[in-house]
Amino acid sequence: MISDAMRAATGRELSRAVSYPVSASDIRRWAIAVYFPAEPPPRYWDAEVAARSRFGGIVAPEDFNPFAWMSAEPRGIPRGRGGSDADFTERCLGIDGPGLTRQLNGGCSVEYGAPIRVDDVITSVQRLAGYSERDGRLGRMLFTDLESTWTNQRDEFVKRATLTLIRY
Amino acid sequence: MDTTLAPVTVGEELPVFTRATGFPVWNRFAAVNDEFVPIHMDDEAGRAAGMPGAFGMGNLQLAYLHNLVREWLGERGRILRMQCRFRSVNHKGQQVTARGRVTSVQRQTVQQTVQQTVGLVVELDVWTEDQDGNQLAPGSCTVLIDTGLIDR
Repeated sequence: MISDAMRAATGRELSRAVSYPVSASDIRRWAIAVYFPAEPPPRYWDAEVAARSRFGGIVAPEDFNPFAWMSAEPRGIPRGRGGSDADFTERCLGIDGPGLTRQLNGGCSVEYGAPIRVDDVITSVQRLAGYSERDGRLGRMLFTDLESTWTNQRDEFVKRATLTLIRY
Repeated sequence: MDTTLAPVTVGEELPVFTRATGFPVWNRFAAVNDEFVPIHMDDEAGRAAGMPGAFGMGNLQLAYLHNLVREWLGERGRILRMQCRFRSVNHKGQQVTARGRVTSVQRQTVQQTVQQTVGLVVELDVWTEDQDGNQLAPGSCTVLIDTGLIDR
């Protein structure tokens, strides 16, 4: 499954994006979705409550994604959305993919730094961290680690997330 | 002493976070995370992927694990690391419960973004499970509890 070209691509940059400024509404809606049907904690939507919190204001839940739907850079709807192209990673690198048809989110590992606040602009740089393969309950499976590092407009480290994509 | 700031103990179990899962929660998450992927929206697409039907997003399981830890942690500290594997998919109609247990507590100095903080570094096992106790997303989490808050 892992070609020489795929192996040689390890460490290469896959994508770079800059978010629009994060709004209070973005944070509020995210909190509503992940706590539904319960009301989310007031620290995500009540500025007075948030001001008394350890962060001194509204911050996003750690799992918040400021790149959903559209980014400021690159402009427009991001490429590859829809999840149907299992060779999307290799297409970004300009090499042939393994030609598998099914893919799943295998897991992730995330390290956190500065919290995301209202008006923050987040930059994400995603790299191919590596490939491995092994037999699983759905047959021979290809594991691809994709590492994204986020920083804010003050160049503070925000988050490093490694997603493991399983293709079979 | 404010008991909400009390130190944690190894073996302590976190108050659970439980949700009934299916399209009402998946669609809301898709709406904020731009995750309208056919396998999460359409039973036929789920079956084509080898599953009994449409299934939930791994990222939502991850969000539930964060909710679990945050609600337990409160104002005492913050999450430093979270990791999980998506071992089993989340099917429609499942009652998903996020659980956690403290596995170690150590006093450490941690380099935060702009300053060093002395606090308790707490390691936890965390996981989501279905209504029959089958684990969906097992993982681990590291949190930092500020010693200053505990000692005040």
